[in-house]
Amino acid sequence: MTARPTRKTDLSLPGPHDIYREVLSNGITVLARSNFSSPSISIGGYLPAGAIFESDDKLGLADFVSSSLMRGTQTRSFDAIYNELESVGAGLGFDSGVHNASFGGRSLVDDLPLVLTLLSESLRAPVFPKDEIEKLRAQMLTGLAIRAQDTSDMASLAFDRMLFDGHPYSRPPDGFVETIQAITRKDLVEFHRFHFGPRGMVIAIVGAIHPKKAVAAVEKVLGGWQVPGQVDAPVLPPHKPIKKTVRHHHALKGKSQSDLVIGMIGPKRKDPDFFPASLGNSVLGQFGMMGRIGESVRERSGLAYHASSGLSAGIGPGTWEVNAGVNPKNLEKAIDLIELELRKFIKHGVTKEELADSQANYIGRLPLSLESNSGVMNALLNIERYDLGLDFYQRYEGMVKSVTRDNVLETARKYIYPDRLVISTAGP
Amino acid sequence: MANHITQVTLKNGMKVMLKEIHTAPIISSWMWYRVGSRDEPTGKTGISHWTEHMQFKGTKKFPANMLDKAISREGGRWNASTSRDSTRYFETMPADKIDLALRLEADRMTNSLFDEKEVASERTVIISEREGSENEPLFRLGEAVQNHSFRVHPYRHEIIGDMADLRTITRDDLYRHYRTYYVPNNAVLSIAGSFETESMLKRVGELFEHIPGGPTPSRLIRPEPEQNGEIRLSVEGPGETTYIQVAYRFPDATHPDYFPLQVMESLLGGDSGLSHKTSRLYRALVDKEYGVDIAGWSETTIDPFLYRITITCHPRREPEKVIAMLDAEIKKLQDVRVSEDEIKRAVKQARAGFAYGSENITNQAFWMGYTAMFSSYRWFTTYLTNLAKVTPQDVQRVARKYFQPGSRVVGMYLPKDRRNK
Repeated sequence: MTARPTRKTDLSLPGPHDIYREVLSNGITVLARSNFSSPSISIGGYLPAGAIFESDDKLGLADFVSSSLMRGTQTRSFDAIYNELESVGAGLGFDSGVHNASFGGRSLVDDLPLVLTLLSESLRAPVFPKDEIEKLRAQMLTGLAIRAQDTSDMASLAFDRMLFDGHPYSRPPDGFVETIQAITRKDLVEFHRFHFGPRGMVIAIVGAIHPKKAVAAVEKVLGGWQVPGQVDAPVLPPHKPIKKTVRHHHALKGKSQSDLVIGMIGPKRKDPDFFPASLGNSVLGQFGMMGRIGESVRERSGLAYHASSGLSAGIGPGTWEVNAGVNPKNLEKAIDLIELELRKFIKHGVTKEELADSQANYIGRLPLSLESNSGVMNALLNIERYDLGLDFYQRYEGMVKSVTRDNVLETARKYIYPDRLVISTAGP
Repeated sequence: MANHITQVTLKNGMKVMLKEIHTAPIISSWMWYRVGSRDEPTGKTGISHWTEHMQFKGTKKFPANMLDKAISREGGRWNASTSRDSTRYFETMPADKIDLALRLEADRMTNSLFDEKEVASERTVIISEREGSENEPLFRLGEAVQNHSFRVHPYRHEIIGDMADLRTITRDDLYRHYRTYYVPNNAVLSIAGSFETESMLKRVGELFEHIPGGPTPSRLIRPEPEQNGEIRLSVEGPGETTYIQVAYRFPDATHPDYFPLQVMESLLGGDSGLSHKTSRLYRALVDKEYGVDIAGWSETTIDPFLYRITITCHPRREPEKVIAMLDAEIKKLQDVRVSEDEIKRAVKQARAGFAYGSENITNQAFWMGYTAMFSSYRWFTTYLTNLAKVTPQDVQRVARKYFQPGSRVVGMYLPKDRRNK
């Protein structure tokens, strides 16, 4: 006999019936969904103020600004802001990527007004105190010194540089030592003045609150925000194609393991290729114990603890990459095995059974990814960011099931050329 | 969070803990064994973790790669980990698919193959896992500090084990370890999620009760003697960044001082899972630019373990100055009684942490089994009440008792690149 689950409490997937979406008059989009099973809420969002606006000599500026927002506002000091948050066990933080500045937080539902007030103050009225800026700069520089010793970070850095040569995606959003040193307080103030604004901003709130109340709470603190002259994001230039395999090794003395990244350009999130590529990638380097790559490099050859492949698909061109950490003496062997798997993948594609397995996995794991407030919050933000439609999760199963073996093979052949790879390694 | 659970011991001694939660069509099942790195004698370090890896290498019924695929196909998430005191395996599945996980766990409790070839291939995988960790300065420093904090107790070695042992442990060693510790009377199964307790209990009985119990394995007990005098050490390696790790002996999780120490930890380094920018150590060390980051944490263990403070040094500061600032902050805690408000704040932070944790079914199943490893579920359900009972006098008393310079280890990671500049 099987232990049968009770049906009465099935989670209905988020959809137009329970996602509330409203655009405020100043352009901020608010998404909300209730979950009363715990007295907590998750909040998150983004606005178009990422590294794409930076000049080459000030790389890291957008990141620096995001990190500075909670270091002091017109009404509260750095310590006062965190004292309010931490005293009630709440959290709030900012981060920065190529396109967007993002934020995320959580609290007990009673403390949502506090979190929203601090979010609003940090976005609208940061004062960039000089001493706090210098403290942050020292922390960022130490972060870069640590990055310089990290085999995985350094392999990824060189990978992006080669793959996106001349394109904004080739640049690290956390910058370099020289560029962080070159950023002045005036740069921070100006970047904030022209790039942080309500247009294009999205906020999602999920938890123990009625959706309309959540929207009203956002409206109360951010509805009056206006930024004349908020600069539009630049259009992404095309990226140069890779014409033959390029390879780079970053030498790091005294390390026990080498990291490698092998890959190519992948689809954008909004491309119709995304689902076939994603399911194909699951077979290649995710499903079970890291797919075929894991089977070959880890299970059969015992070369690595970690060896998998991943798609990183966003607004612009994505990456499709294989990552592994191996003993330095096994580096070439691992690269050969990975190349072999890529060749097999574009020659034969995936089997009927492999595709069915990954499709079942994608469909079955959905409730798990939507279990917590933060999981649903991220789902809502993805719906908005990539214009997926509020009924995306209702259509999801059908979309996954409609992908055929031929779709996967065509997509694989469109992106993967084993003689035009970018291979980046870092280690002894 | 509602805390009603059902606890049953099967005829073979296996303990079962069940908690119905009907917020999502998900069930999480955790299988716990009372064995961890603390049970490993010299020469066999890392054997518990390696055994955990071998549990994914197949039985006759579920051959190696079929296992992963079967779980993944159903949309499940699964993994395992080895700690100092226990080894645990979990599967979180869509509720109507949990039977697969239960059948799998029942099967691999006794039928894992430990195939010679798989042992050989896993040896290099685990060596690779260790090499990956060795790339990190903080792993190297942490390992050295732990090593020097215990001379006798097996908590002295890292869970992953020493390279010398990873090269020499044999298939028979692993299999013996497996057969000794993987018996139902040494196991706890904790399940939370959308099920009916009665039918779940019946199914668990059908799958597990026929497995014969074995001799209850005794645990390796080598109490650590008192440390007389501070131990200092340094680790050298690549990079530009200096790290300091200071370790104090802390009592086990059931000790009466545990809760005052939790409050004290929260005041010093912040509540885990939150930002810690108003914690005492952040204000004293990071705000004043002695460090660029700090972290403080203890572990919930069966025997006394450590409270460790790690400081990423500010590039302009000498490590000795940083340690002096840390000492001043600790002395303040010993000399000046904390306020009631500070304690209330720590309790509120913990309460919020419990609310966040209750959003997640995997987490709820974890806590049932986890607490059974060193105490009982009551430890979890009374946690907030016990924390709220702590007084300012308690905090001062434990600060004086446990922050003894003579019983600490101070380790430094000294970057070669910086010294040569």
